[in-house]
Amino acid sequence: MLTSKATSDPRLPSNIFLHSNFRENTERMAGDLELKLLGSWASPFAMRARIALNLKGVGYELLKEVSGTKSELLLKSNPVYKKIPVLIHHGKPICESMIIVQYIDEVWAAAGPSILPSDPYERAIARFWIVYIDDKWFPSSLRTLRGLNEEAKAEAEEQLANALPLLEDAFPKCSKGKDFFGGETIGYLDIALGCYLGWIKAIEKMTGIKALDEAKTPTLVGWAERFCSGDAVKEVMPEADELIEFTKLIQAIMNAAPGRQNMHVSKNDR
Amino acid sequence: MATAAEKEGVVLLDFWVSPFGQRCRIALAEKGVEYEYKEENLSDKSPLLLKMNPIHKKIPVLIHHGKPICESLVIVQYIDEVWSNNPLLPSDPYERAKARFWADFVDKKVYECGTRLWKLKGEAHEEARKDMIEILKLLEGELGDKKYFGGETFGFVDVAVAPFTAWFYTYETCGKFSVDEECPKLAAWAKRCKERESVSKSVHDPHKVYEFVGKLKKKFGLE
Repeated sequence: MLTSKATSDPRLPSNIFLHSNFRENTERMAGDLELKLLGSWASPFAMRARIALNLKGVGYELLKEVSGTKSELLLKSNPVYKKIPVLIHHGKPICESMIIVQYIDEVWAAAGPSILPSDPYERAIARFWIVYIDDKWFPSSLRTLRGLNEEAKAEAEEQLANALPLLEDAFPKCSKGKDFFGGETIGYLDIALGCYLGWIKAIEKMTGIKALDEAKTPTLVGWAERFCSGDAVKEVMPEADELIEFTKLIQAIMNAAPGRQNMHVSKNDR
Repeated sequence: MATAAEKEGVVLLDFWVSPFGQRCRIALAEKGVEYEYKEENLSDKSPLLLKMNPIHKKIPVLIHHGKPICESLVIVQYIDEVWSNNPLLPSDPYERAKARFWADFVDKKVYECGTRLWKLKGEAHEEARKDMIEILKLLEGELGDKKYFGGETFGFVDVAVAPFTAWFYTYETCGKFSVDEECPKLAAWAKRCKERESVSKSVHDPHKVYEFVGKLKKKFGLE
């Protein structure tokens, strides 16, 4: 893990350190605001919280964690996992992305359409799929991303090939003929699954794997387009090319300094 | 004439020693809901289970008026929402978020660590032991001096953790530590839970759990 002491390692882009200064300034300003989100531009989990806040039209201060370090505020706010995202509301931290989304839905219930379905059975179905997605998806996407061995890629491809048709199948039952899993507007399951779309596109470009295939899962392809073009999503969804650049940077750093695990790099100003 | 269970239309597919199944039993008992309990033979799963949980083929599955709900904490939340008496989740959104966080923590950590504790040997076992003590201490930190995790009332986190109290004896024996010594508040909470009918009727004797794990160890060739 990168220590907070700046080094003059020539392999590291200088904008990493610029970023630390930016963050300090943000922290000083943030004391005035009652709603802060500790996150990062590339994190699909942080994106979930941002989409929910956008859906409710709620203003917040985004505190970007500097890659390779964990801020004092993060360690204090999420001592159990020390991970983003963390929502801090009136000084009180809420952790775990889908728990944050539910909190936002409950606190700002009047501020916009409901994110969670109102029917208990539909809520249970959405929650079931979210457990499934978070168990199967992110780990496999990351493995493909590292792209260190063909076996990992093949395994990830198989996981995606197994998971997506199930979701394709679930869509009509959840959406009941409307645009999203949540119905007319973006809902809980849409957010949980949709946050991965930037990374999915990046992986498709890097590996040539067709994850979202018109021929195999046409409904999901249509849904993905609608999701990504939604107002609440557009501004927080990273572009595939940015994520590819980000990945190459990590890989370069990891190759140059083997044994440096869990290193991430901030893209400046996002 | 329809039985109370038939009127409610609730069926629980379960396995006697499963702490995940027990969460559902405890929640249903807390709500006073009559239901039909169906014990599954996990080496010969019923067609009903395979139909109701085709993706994972696992218990517990709650079937309400013919519709299946899977994943124990999803089931407990469903029960809490459908039967609104004796609410398990608090009404304040922040307290709800905290409760969900800790229930999720139990899900992520306890069973997996417990399995490493009884399955592994050597350094890995030592690591599992350290991890388990840390997990229990974190839970104790959250409990503090409260009667229950839910405060004065038995709540969502209590339901999530209570079944694992029957596994304490197994963890203690495999890990050679004492919950009483390491986490006295948690140990006291475990005793209070056992005094609740919903828990005492749903959760088995710790020695039976230990026996069950012993059989699993033999099956995996670990003894």
